[in-house]
Amino acid sequence: MAISRLEQSKLTFWLTVLPPVVWVGIFFILPLGIIWGYSFGDNDGLTEVVINGTFSNYARAFDPLYLQIFGKSIFVAGVTTLLCLIIGFPVALAIVFAHEKWRPWMLLLVMLPFWTNLLIRTYALIAVLRTEGYANFTLRYLWDGASWFSAFVGLAPFGEFQPLALLYNNFAVVFGLVYVHLPFMVLPLYAALDRLDKSLIEASLDLGAGHLRTLFSIVVPLALPGIVSGVIITFIPALGAYLTPDLLGGTDSQMIANVIERQFKRANDWPFGAALSFLLMYATFIAIAMRAYLTRGKAVDGHHV
Amino acid sequence: MKDRAAPLEYNRLWQMRLWLFAVFFFLYAPLVALVAFSFNDSKRNIVWKGFTTKYYAQLFQNQDLMIAFGNSITIALVATLVSLVLGALAAVMLWRFRFPGKLAVEGALSLPIVVPEICMGVAMLVFFSRVVPWPNDLVWPFSLGAIIIAHVSFCFPFVAMVVRARLASFNNEQEEAARDLGASDWQAFRDVLIPHIRPALIAGALLSFTLSLDDFVITFFTSGPNTVTFPVKVYSMVRFSVTPEVNAASTMLIVLTVVLMVVGVVLQNRSERKA
Amino acid sequence: MNMVSTSHHPKAAAKPIISFRSIVKKFGSMVAVDNVSLDVEAGEFFALLGPSGCGKTTLLRMLAGLEVPSEGEIILDGQDMGAIPPNKRPVNMVFQSYAVFPHMSVADNVAYGLKIDGVAKPDRDLRVAEALELVQLGHLAARMPDQLSGGQRQRVALARALIKKPKVLLLDEPLSALDAKLREAMRFELSQLQQKVGITFIMVTHDQDEALAIASRIAVMNKGSIAQLGTPSDLYEFPASRFVADFIGSVNMFEGRLVKDEPDEAIVKCAELDHAVYLPHAVPGKIDMPLWVAVRPEKMTLHKDAPEPPQVPECKPGTNVVKGVIKEISYLGDISIFHVETAGGRLIRVSRPNRSRWDQENFGWNEPVWVSWAGSSPVVLLS
Repeated sequence: MAISRLEQSKLTFWLTVLPPVVWVGIFFILPLGIIWGYSFGDNDGLTEVVINGTFSNYARAFDPLYLQIFGKSIFVAGVTTLLCLIIGFPVALAIVFAHEKWRPWMLLLVMLPFWTNLLIRTYALIAVLRTEGYANFTLRYLWDGASWFSAFVGLAPFGEFQPLALLYNNFAVVFGLVYVHLPFMVLPLYAALDRLDKSLIEASLDLGAGHLRTLFSIVVPLALPGIVSGVIITFIPALGAYLTPDLLGGTDSQMIANVIERQFKRANDWPFGAALSFLLMYATFIAIAMRAYLTRGKAVDGHHV
Repeated sequence: MKDRAAPLEYNRLWQMRLWLFAVFFFLYAPLVALVAFSFNDSKRNIVWKGFTTKYYAQLFQNQDLMIAFGNSITIALVATLVSLVLGALAAVMLWRFRFPGKLAVEGALSLPIVVPEICMGVAMLVFFSRVVPWPNDLVWPFSLGAIIIAHVSFCFPFVAMVVRARLASFNNEQEEAARDLGASDWQAFRDVLIPHIRPALIAGALLSFTLSLDDFVITFFTSGPNTVTFPVKVYSMVRFSVTPEVNAASTMLIVLTVVLMVVGVVLQNRSERKA
Repeated sequence: MNMVSTSHHPKAAAKPIISFRSIVKKFGSMVAVDNVSLDVEAGEFFALLGPSGCGKTTLLRMLAGLEVPSEGEIILDGQDMGAIPPNKRPVNMVFQSYAVFPHMSVADNVAYGLKIDGVAKPDRDLRVAEALELVQLGHLAARMPDQLSGGQRQRVALARALIKKPKVLLLDEPLSALDAKLREAMRFELSQLQQKVGITFIMVTHDQDEALAIASRIAVMNKGSIAQLGTPSDLYEFPASRFVADFIGSVNMFEGRLVKDEPDEAIVKCAELDHAVYLPHAVPGKIDMPLWVAVRPEKMTLHKDAPEPPQVPECKPGTNVVKGVIKEISYLGDISIFHVETAGGRLIRVSRPNRSRWDQENFGWNEPVWVSWAGSSPVVLLS
């Protein structure tokens, strides 16, 4: 790093340091700090909040009602992440082993939905999952067809098609979250698999291992840092998701973000909302710390020195 | 004899092809249906009744929606400009200098990327209504100030990330050569560094613009009745009904996004070839 | 005796252990291997030698099962390998990058193949220890690959492959990543290892010194086909084409025309040599036919300048000589290479062992000299 003449360098230094740092300080750290303060406060009348160092908000967060919501959010985010991993891994594998020519296009194809507005993507799913949506429409079509065929063959026809309740429940929320977060998972998986030395796979095959065995003994351990990255950057946004459970979920599909929103916009209980927000932040930081811990000192995946 | 697949040619297995097809179908079918049915002459939205563009006409006549769209574009433009400056400065600072507390600064600058949107939205709400109350009766576009500030706060770290990645490939000797020839700090920055990071600036601008345009959660908390953005407006439309008008609005946004991406990729390629 | 190059086939003893039959491999429109047929005998150390892109590695990988031939069959020990995937073939490979699994210890790496075969732990441990002793890595069993040197990692790869007792061991550029001294030591070790273990080794290399030193038979490949197949001395002393003569070792090549062809002698006139080339044998061909004469540098002799050309044994007077001036001397310690420029501007390489510790100054720069070679030294090449 070139360090230039001292005086000019000092000026440059402060010129580049101050704007971003000051901005982050005033418009990010400060507001978050205030929220943190509020989490230790109480409502004073209708509009004021007095910070009095109370833990009552946090205590309330551990109420079974809210604990259950926390638990469910973690569960939903976890299931989402797992599904994204299972679905996304073969996709990442396919892109890595695709011809040079195709690879950027395939990546683009996977990322394009990600660039589309979250709101729109979630909304599109409503049309799919509704009682009279595309999914049920197709199922009804198949059902009727099978029923007709059954009658044709001489067996009893099926009864009236009962549309599946695919919307406004936990299924829809998970479906929507997977739909939205899948590209998040594919990218780090692709990056990790790309760095893998292909001759290691060939060596494993050469030594007698089948493909599945090679996958679990060689590919997964060496791509682990990438897998952990993908899991974390899928899990955290899924945990704090607001729109998807709001639009696709039912009354019992509330996640943490929905509860927080209610505190601030409707219930007007800002201290409690602040406490919940910070609990979510702590969960986020724990997840990040876990990731740092799990990928510490991991040797470069597959590279010979 | 037909060419059998080599062991590592996974993409020739029919299982893999089927999986890929299923995944891409899953990702794109809802969107394609959305776009297609925005031209459907039917309120019910499932069965194709005929081609029409009347919902688009309705869309353009919807005053509120057009204002919201205008707001979104304005916010995105201003936020992108500010983010570019802040992000570039931050990236250069982190790349160039060593100083005590650098780790803390790095951490602070990456917080907006990491912190869940809802937490940031809530923080912005409190900040702009209690701490630094943003006057509600400011003339446009200053009324959008709160939203712009919020957007800048979560956009510029992304710009910084992209620019920093590009800086890693910078050969210091170029700058030293400029210095050797008499350039000052600022001149060296302007003539040597900026051209090198231009592709990253374009990528960052694109990223920032898209993030700002698409943002819902944070904007939801910082916008007021007079400062509605496009996603927020569409949200309220979606909550009330599923009409083809919403489809039309969504299609427009998709088209805008795709166009932006293509423009960005083209600009980037051209810039990279020159740099 | 017909001195025109021929390949000397070893006595075809039993059936060959590996048979490539009319193998063709295309990548899109690019032909990597063009109709190659080749037999490898059991127990030999065979080398596939050629410049990069000649198809040698592709051929090796097809034998391992990592590529599939576009046409043709590969027969291993009487069995057609066509439908058999790489993990079921009795063949193991040492990869160019060694491909040692970085997340497993040395012992675990070596045990990997046995684990897959379902060998029980006590037996496995015993065999791993044996294999590590074979490559002298017994003391490093618990180490991780990133703690090993390149040469050590290669031994791990060797042990890992040999422990499965394959019928054939494949080596992809085994010595290219090692430094010079280590390379020479490993050449000897590989040779010893092969004799000890007794199985067929097939090595791919672009380094002709390596191939000449270790292999018992070499196939020289160029642009997807086999240019010549033979023992090292076959290839060196009796190259069948200009490509082989030029690829293996260095050579002085002169273009010329056949002017006299008798049953026991022939004369070739070359444009670059002012004196004729005399051969004490017949050359199959017609008078005035264009051909090349190749003479190895070590077969040439330097003579001090004299008004008359030196007399060369086995030749008519005034043949197999050329006059020139020493332009460059490369002193390599054990030999010196003289670059002699002829009157026509052609540079000839002559190499001379430094027999005595003094005597380096015997021939100096810009000294006029005569260069001669015996009648049996040149090889006549028709293509």
